[in-house]
Amino acid sequence: MAGGDLEPVIGLEIHVQLRTATKMFCGCALGFGEPPNTRTCPVCLGLPGALPVANAEAIHYGLMIGMALDSELAPVSTFHRKNYFYPDLPKGYQISQFDLPLCSGGKLGEVNIHRVHLEEDAAKLNHAGASGRIEGADSSIVDFNRGGTPLAEIVTEPELRSAEQVGEWLRLLRTTLRTLGVSDVNMEEGSLRCDANISLRPVGTDQLGTKTELKNMNSFRFIERGIRAEVERQRAIIEAGETVTQETLHFDPKSESITSLRSKEEAHDYRYFPEPDLPPVVITEEMLARAAASLPELPAAREQRYIETLSLSPETARVFAWRAELADYFDAVCAADQSLDPHVAANWVTELQGRLGDEEAEDSKVTAAALAQLAAMVVSSQVNQGGAKQVLDQLVAAGGEPASIVADQGLEAVGGADELAPIVAAALEANPELTERLRSGDMKPIGVIVGEVMKQTRGRADGKEVTALVRKQLGLS
Amino acid sequence: MAGDIQSLSATAAAEAIANGGLTRSELFEHYRIRAAADTLNAFTWVADVEPAPVDGALGGVPLAVKDLFCTEGIPSQAGSKILAGYCPPYTATAVANLEAAGAAVLGKTNQDEFAMGSSNENSAFGPVLNPWDHSRVPGGSSGGSAAAVAAGLAPWALGTDTGGSIRQPAALCGIVGLKPTYGAVSRYGMIAFASSLDSAGPLTRDVADAALCYRHMVGRDGNDATSVVFPEPIETPTAERLDGLTLAVPTALVDGEGIEPGVRQSFEASLDTARSLGATIIDCEIPSARYALSAYYVIAPAEASSNLSRFDGVRYGLRVDESNLDAMYTETRHDGFGAEVKRRILIGTYALSSGYYDAYYGRAQRVRTLVARELAGIFERADFIVTPTSPTVAFGLGDRTSDPLAMYLSDLFTIPMSLAGTPAISIPSGLSEGLPVGLQICGPAFSENRILGAAHALEGAIGFDGSVTWGGAN
Ligand SMILES: [Zn+2]
Repeated sequence: MAGGDLEPVIGLEIHVQLRTATKMFCGCALGFGEPPNTRTCPVCLGLPGALPVANAEAIHYGLMIGMALDSELAPVSTFHRKNYFYPDLPKGYQISQFDLPLCSGGKLGEVNIHRVHLEEDAAKLNHAGASGRIEGADSSIVDFNRGGTPLAEIVTEPELRSAEQVGEWLRLLRTTLRTLGVSDVNMEEGSLRCDANISLRPVGTDQLGTKTELKNMNSFRFIERGIRAEVERQRAIIEAGETVTQETLHFDPKSESITSLRSKEEAHDYRYFPEPDLPPVVITEEMLARAAASLPELPAAREQRYIETLSLSPETARVFAWRAELADYFDAVCAADQSLDPHVAANWVTELQGRLGDEEAEDSKVTAAALAQLAAMVVSSQVNQGGAKQVLDQLVAAGGEPASIVADQGLEAVGGADELAPIVAAALEANPELTERLRSGDMKPIGVIVGEVMKQTRGRADGKEVTALVRKQLGLS
Repeated sequence: MAGDIQSLSATAAAEAIANGGLTRSELFEHYRIRAAADTLNAFTWVADVEPAPVDGALGGVPLAVKDLFCTEGIPSQAGSKILAGYCPPYTATAVANLEAAGAAVLGKTNQDEFAMGSSNENSAFGPVLNPWDHSRVPGGSSGGSAAAVAAGLAPWALGTDTGGSIRQPAALCGIVGLKPTYGAVSRYGMIAFASSLDSAGPLTRDVADAALCYRHMVGRDGNDATSVVFPEPIETPTAERLDGLTLAVPTALVDGEGIEPGVRQSFEASLDTARSLGATIIDCEIPSARYALSAYYVIAPAEASSNLSRFDGVRYGLRVDESNLDAMYTETRHDGFGAEVKRRILIGTYALSSGYYDAYYGRAQRVRTLVARELAGIFERADFIVTPTSPTVAFGLGDRTSDPLAMYLSDLFTIPMSLAGTPAISIPSGLSEGLPVGLQICGPAFSENRILGAAHALEGAIGFDGSVTWGGAN
């Protein structure tokens, strides 16, 4: 096998915390940073005698997700118990789904979905001591506020082929979920968590290699870096003629190192069996109708609309639609000035996002109305491209209104023969040699003359207009 | 007056309080003193003072509650060392419903640990003695509740029945025990043994008391997703005849080995009584009954193995401190659970293991479906199925502790109804060698009113006198 080309085979398991009012199986409000163990009750503490009752809103959200992912929705869905001992699991089992998940199959972007099921989140453990893990901790304390938060687990088919593709697809998923309004989908805060199953195989074959599971990566950057590191680790093993061991791994973004959490031999036997405390969930026509009526415009539809109705380029349409915040901002710019050509609006939104990097436009100091005004001023030649970019820099830095920045700083476009002709004439006069060359048909120095005019007007003139005036004054038409 | 109070059934006591012939406090104090002086080890906790009175149909009649019902601020230990001293922050729905109707909690009663047992010898708080013969067991797992009612230490009591745990101790102690339709009474706050089988019901001196208590237990509970609305009110039984009713006897089951001749005789006499009241007796077959016991001893331990995982030493109950997590789990559960509980956790864990699930749990569930179907078939031809409640009268303390399989046979006649989720009552049918024998009457789901009616008619005709165990009516 050594020497042959290898390709990664990656499947994802994504846990999404649902933003319901209450927990999955009890009436406790969801926790948002309250003091530890203040969002608890007998049910989510696993007290003796307490019983779960399934949250209808979580099932509704699950159906919405299934519809958005084009899944098949089960007419009857059951909960199972997944049994294992851990201090963050108060009942000694997690209520999850097994052979009758709420949603089966489906597709998002180019990636097929295997299933989507509902379950409950574990509590949060804090370990005192240097290790930061339960092994070697002096003591560990449990905060049950998070325990019982509704989770949707989304499992993809193993169809992703690179870390970059994973990053891009996860952004689409995140945008889809955010658009649905079912989750905060915040990786840093843990409302979106991703595990990746990774193996390598010779290009062109469909055999599956031994896979490893990379756990709990909590940012898009770490996911991409973690997957890249694991792919390289496996490649090195295979190319050395050795075999990959099936195990669960942890990626430490600080050291870029991968460590084993447990091997296949240590894998749990979860002893799944149907949860006897919960009757099967029967999905009624009413529930389906309500979920369908709750669906907003999803990224794929938005992308289509941008291309077909607004004539944006497919690339721009996808960049905007797959990043809901950006698309929302673009829509706001268009709405602020309905006479604005969407292309122009799109260019300025792209220009702004380029200056913001990871920051969202809606969180920046540039309001959609300000950006729309700036774009309109360019269209009506009140300010030229260069001046407008200077205004945008100032908007990004300090906010404000474009018209007043332009006025305050004298950035109005200088244009029209009346204003520009004397400046052009002066520039030609000041450079007799170059003027002579231009007259003789050597057009190379024209840039110098235009540059001189731009310098005199502090960049407020329009380059094309200046060029035209130079030619006119030299009789070159 | 004490003798008069003692002779009152719960129904009669509630009436006496309602019409001013008796005060709540007199009644409560009468039983509180008796319960506190308990020599049968029937109680694990007895109230010091009368609870604040609540107006209601039950008029303050004291209630003994099986230990596994959670009662706020009162020890609720499920007969286990792992919960020794545990006081829950909330009260089980069944108890809360009875309190809301005016019942006053008198005490908590001893039981087999986590309801696993048929003799009450599996309690971490020691065995309960049968009031008819202190060298014998009261049955289990609701042995404390049955002994307390039979000995007149409480007018009535709550128990739970998973495979026979109300009916069998009621039979062995000579009182009435009702196992309801599964789901009719909320399980919220009942420390779970086997979730798909656990049913809460009353243990009482007579059938009318069972109906009165049960009336205030039933109802859909938003905290128990498996609870259901009972389709009709629970009536006070008044029937004295069985005219037009058909009683089916599963002959092969009743004729099986292991049934004591005295029990058999009492059962035959009950059938004669039923005939004399106008009933028709027919034969029936429950072919899957021979597998029911095995299926039960897969399903119940499987669910229990999972239900008991929460007793891990992390949040409540016993914790054995150790240097690492696995050792803490192991030692806590090693010290906290008794032998029978450990046995069933092991059986259940095995039955659910990857690779064995279909052969054990899956197959047991198919037997369960079959049993339910066969019973439903019989109820198309008959109003009730009748059997002895237990194949034997109360056995000696220690007689079966070394032979779990012999112990499991105690539930031979009660388990099919548990698997099917259908209601059944046990009433005293007479004595064998001076010890009570129980008659089990079973009907289809939600037939409690009819079962109570038939039981009332037979009770009147049989005329069993259980008062000897509390010193007679004086
Ligand atoms: Zn809760």
